Amino acid sequence: MVNVTRGFRSRRFATDDRLPPGQYLTDGFPVLSAGPTPAVPQDEWSFMVRNGGQVLRSWAWDEFMALDAQDITVDIHCVTRWSRLDTTWRGVAVDDLLADVDTAAEYVLARSYGGYTTNLPLEDLLDGKAWIAYEHDGEDLPPEHGGPARLLIPHLYLWKSAKWIKSLDLVEDDDPGFWETLGYHDYGDPWREQRYQGD
Amino acid sequence: MTARRAETATASTLCLRVEDWNGHLPGQHVDVRLTAPDGYQAARSYSLAAPAAGGVDGVLEITVQRLPDGEVSAFLTDDLVVGDRLELRGPLGNWFVWQQDDPAPVLLVAGGAGLVPLMSMIRARDRAHIPTPFRLIHSVRTPDDRIYADELERLAAQPGGPSVTWLYTRTAPQTDKRRPGRLRPNDLNDGSNWTLDAAPTCFVCGPTGFVEEASNHLLAAGHHANRIRTERFGGR
Ligand SMILES: Cc1cc2nc3c(=O)[nH]c(=O)nc-3n(C[C@H](O)[C@H](O)[C@H](O)COP(=O)(O)OP(=O)(O)OC[C@H]3O[C@@H](n4cnc5c(N)ncnc54)[C@H](O)[C@@H]3O)c2cc1C
Repeated sequence: MVNVTRGFRSRRFATDDRLPPGQYLTDGFPVLSAGPTPAVPQDEWSFMVRNGGQVLRSWAWDEFMALDAQDITVDIHCVTRWSRLDTTWRGVAVDDLLADVDTAAEYVLARSYGGYTTNLPLEDLLDGKAWIAYEHDGEDLPPEHGGPARLLIPHLYLWKSAKWIKSLDLVEDDDPGFWETLGYHDYGDPWREQRYQGD
Repeated sequence: MTARRAETATASTLCLRVEDWNGHLPGQHVDVRLTAPDGYQAARSYSLAAPAAGGVDGVLEITVQRLPDGEVSAFLTDDLVVGDRLELRGPLGNWFVWQQDDPAPVLLVAGGAGLVPLMSMIRARDRAHIPTPFRLIHSVRTPDDRIYADELERLAAQPGGPSVTWLYTRTAPQTDKRRPGRLRPNDLNDGSNWTLDAAPTCFVCGPTGFVEEASNHLLAAGHHANRIRTERFGGR
């Protein structure tokens, strides 16, 4: 059922088929975070892959910079309804970070500096669908957008792309992360408008 | 929409009657969705400005700041008339909320329309006669840009009322000792016990740039990151 709003006319004629339902295009880069932006200097940053509390891999900043990186051009969609097309990033594919990891886990809890968490199915992080990104638009990733490094998983709403990433924890159960505990969707597919629990 | 009130030259409060509303918490918002005859839709978030009145037909209030050329805000402030119908979804957002039974003092820091969800907290405190200390710092361009100014002055004058400070970025009243300008560290770190001893819960809301600056000043003043809750409205 569609309720037409009296007097409202569409003024954005270029409806883009790359824009998921309920989203609008912006050229800016708005910020969504629950609290202040944590300050994590590069030389204090490190990143881990863990399984059942056990550290499988870890990289300091310099070690991470020595990994093979990719240039990435993707569309991003925030649950607060803005989308940006063709954003450019540089980072390391999660496939490479998890290569040869042997696990029965089906889910991942991404953890951030500052305490943020978000839950994801492991398969959504694989096959070239997710990266740990440390550059945006050819520059170091600014802190308010998740620098020094963030998860980038553009096929899900952007709250899944955890900023200030600290670890990926392989887990058996899909336990909700920060926003998911507060009523946001466990999966978060923008094309199915999975904004809130129950969508 | 059952009524509308101008708050400033560019901001209006809309009263919306909603069937089957089950109440909401101070700080929560709704998503408003507009649909054109050709099916085109635009949706934006607006904070609830007042606690739920209760009852079957809840009357909700939102306050919309008109942005130049804003697709949804300009429609809501200019074109919507009493009797028109809107699609709403909510209440949404369970993080940027004040829990009335939390005894911690509350420091509210707002830029422009960022006052809206904080006003809901101030009104909830007043209606329920809750003694929790509240302090509001509201940054606006000029005195004429203050929304809810009369009500805030009245509440602040009451015994046990919230403390209210306005900061001006462009033009201040002549009596104001502060030089107009953007938020400065000592605006939030003024040596009063609000700064630290009281260990308040801080709610910071407004345009993105304002929230970044204000929360960084609060961190620099020694507030703990996990006591600072933020809501970024967008913009720069
Ligand atoms: C949780 C939440 C609660 C909100 N609560 C309120 C509220 O109570 N009252 C209210 O007025 N707004 C509120 N907003 C902002 C609101 O959702 C819209 O973003 C705003 O009204 C602009 O929409 P628009 O369609 O008019 O502008 P658009 O057509 O989307 O944008 C017009 C221009 O304004 C710029 N712009 C967009 N947003 C802002 C902004 N917030 N500040 C400055 N410039 C901007 C854009 O970059 C663009 O250049 C809230 C936002 C969020 C996320």
